Amino acid sequence: MDETKARYTIPVGPIHPALKEPIRLDLEVDGELIVDVDVVVGQVHRGIEWLGMNRNNPIQNIYLSERVCGICNICHPFAYVMAVEQAMGITPPERAEYIRVITAEMERIHSHLLWAGVAAHEIGFDTVFYLVWRVREEIMDLVEYVTGNRVTKAMFQIGGVRRDITEEQFPRIRKSLDYYKSIFDQLRTIFLDDRTIRMRTRNVGILKTEDAFRLLAVGPTGRASGVPKDVRQDQPYGGYADLDVKAITPDLLTGVVVGDVYDRIVVRLLEVKQSVEIIEQCLEQMPPGPILAEPKIAKLLNALTKAEGEGIGRAEAPRGEVVHYVRLEAGRETLSNWKIRAPTYVNLMSIPTMLKGGQIADVPIAFASIDPCMSCTNRAVVVDLRTNRKSLLTDEELHQLSVEKTRKLKGDEFDKQ
Amino acid sequence: MLSAEAIIESFKTVLGDSLVGSRIYEREVAVKKNLFRAIWLHVEREAFRKAVEHICELQEYPHLAIISSADLGDRVELIYHFTLYYGHHLQELSLGLRVSLPKNDLKIPTITDIIPGALFTERETQEMMGVEVVGIPDKRRLFLPDDFPEGVYPWRTDETGPQDMLRVLPGRQQKHSDG
Repeated sequence: MDETKARYTIPVGPIHPALKEPIRLDLEVDGELIVDVDVVVGQVHRGIEWLGMNRNNPIQNIYLSERVCGICNICHPFAYVMAVEQAMGITPPERAEYIRVITAEMERIHSHLLWAGVAAHEIGFDTVFYLVWRVREEIMDLVEYVTGNRVTKAMFQIGGVRRDITEEQFPRIRKSLDYYKSIFDQLRTIFLDDRTIRMRTRNVGILKTEDAFRLLAVGPTGRASGVPKDVRQDQPYGGYADLDVKAITPDLLTGVVVGDVYDRIVVRLLEVKQSVEIIEQCLEQMPPGPILAEPKIAKLLNALTKAEGEGIGRAEAPRGEVVHYVRLEAGRETLSNWKIRAPTYVNLMSIPTMLKGGQIADVPIAFASIDPCMSCTNRAVVVDLRTNRKSLLTDEELHQLSVEKTRKLKGDEFDKQ
Repeated sequence: MLSAEAIIESFKTVLGDSLVGSRIYEREVAVKKNLFRAIWLHVEREAFRKAVEHICELQEYPHLAIISSADLGDRVELIYHFTLYYGHHLQELSLGLRVSLPKNDLKIPTITDIIPGALFTERETQEMMGVEVVGIPDKRRLFLPDDFPEGVYPWRTDETGPQDMLRVLPGRQQKHSDG
C-alpha cells in the first residue's frame, strides 16, 4: 500500500498563504494528510538588536523597538522602557503607568479584530472579513485620536509617556468603548455560533495542554490550550499591577479546553471584551500627576550614559509575552546588551504539533490561528519525491483549497437536511 | 510557592559553592505598590544543568523566555531568562540564570531534554554567538541563511564578529573590531 502512495514535501512560503509576512513551512504529506512539518525562519531578520547595541543611543532605541513589529508597536517599547528603567533605576510616574496600559489595551483590541478578519478570510468567509475590519476602524480612529497616529505611535519615553490623556478626551474614548460593548454579542454570534466556522475550526490544529506547557506556548495560543499564563495577571507591571486581570482560558465560556482553532477564537473574542473593561477601569482610576520622571531629554541621555545595570521588561502583547533584556554599561552611549523575545518566537515551535495529522486545506487557518507575526504568501512549491517533479502551488490555489473545503462541508450539511 | 529569599536558599542547598552569586531585585509598581520581583543567579557551568533541574522542581513547567548572550572580551556570558509561578495573580517572578564561559571553551550542555521548547533559542545562541550547545537535537541554523560564512558570529565583538561584512555608509568610517 505504501509503495503506491508517494510522500510529498510541500514548502509553503516564504511567501505565505496565511499571513502577509515571510516564513516557510516544509510540509511532508501523504495524500492529503500532513505527516511532518519543519519551520524555516529568518527571511526578515533585520539585526535590530545589533543596531541597538552598536549604532543607536537608548532613547533612539525606543523608536527602533517600535518598528520591530507593525502591529505590536506599543508592547515592544513598553517592555523595552521597563527594562531600561530597571537598569538605570528610574521610576515612571503613576499616571504614565495608566496611560501605558490604555494604549496597550487599544492595541490588543485592534490586533485581535485584525486577526479575526484574517481568520475569516482564510476559510473563505469574506463577508465576515469585511465586517470585522470595518468594526476595527472604530478603534483605529480612537488610537489616532489618543496618540496622534494609527501605526507607530511614539507614546513611550524612558521614565514615562510622551503624551497625556486628558479629561476632555474621556467622552470620546468612552464612546468607542460603548460601541464595542454594543456589538460584542453580534460578533460572538458570528464567530461562535456559526455552523460553518465551527466545522472549519473545531478539532482543527489541536495543541494539547501538556504540549503547550512543554513547547512554551504563550499568549492566546497557550491560553486556548489551558495554560493560564498572562503577564498582566502574573507579574505586576504598569497599571495592571493595580487591576485584577485574569488570564482567559476557553473553559470560561464553553466549559472545556480543547486547544483547537475554535478555542483560540473564543480566547481572543473574550479578550477584546476584557480589554474594553480594562480601559474603562483605567479611565476611572487614573491618578493625577506628571507623565514623565525626567522631561529633559539631554539630562536623561546623560544619566543613561552614566548608568550601570541590567533589567528585564516583560509585557503581554496581543500574541503573548514580549521580553526585553537590557544591560547598560557606564560610559557607553549605546546599550551594552539587548535581547528581544517576541511571542511568535516560541509559539512557532507548536506549529508542527498543531499541523501534524491535519489536512493541507487546514494549513492556512491552523497556521493563522497562532496569529504569527512575520510576513505572507504568493506561492508554494510542490515536490514529488518519486519523480522529483516540481510544481507551483500559488497562494490563490492553496486559499482556494481552503475555500473549497468550507463549501464542501457546507454542501454536506445541506445534503443532510 | 516560595519567597524570593527562600528560592535563593534552596539553590544554595542544592548547588553549594557552585552558586557564585545571587541578587534579588524588587520595584514598587503603580498606585498600589505591588512588587515586581526578579532573581538573578550566577552559577558555574558544571552546576548549570542541576540548576535548571532544580527550577523544574520549583514549578513543573517553568517558562524559559529566551537566552541572552554577551561577548565580554575573554568570556561569553549567557543568561537563561526563566519565569516562575505564572498562573498566579501577581505572584510570578523573573529568574535570570547566568553562566559565564571562557572564550577558549565555549560549550554549554543542551536543556532541550528537560525543556523541549528551548530548542529555538539554543539554535540561535549557537549560530549568533558561536557557543556550542552540546547534545542539541537539531544542529541547523535558525535565522542565518545557509550561505552565511562559517566562523562568523554576528553577536561577537572580537575578530569573529561581523565587522568585515558591514556596509560602510557614505561619509562614514569602517568600524574596527575593538571599537
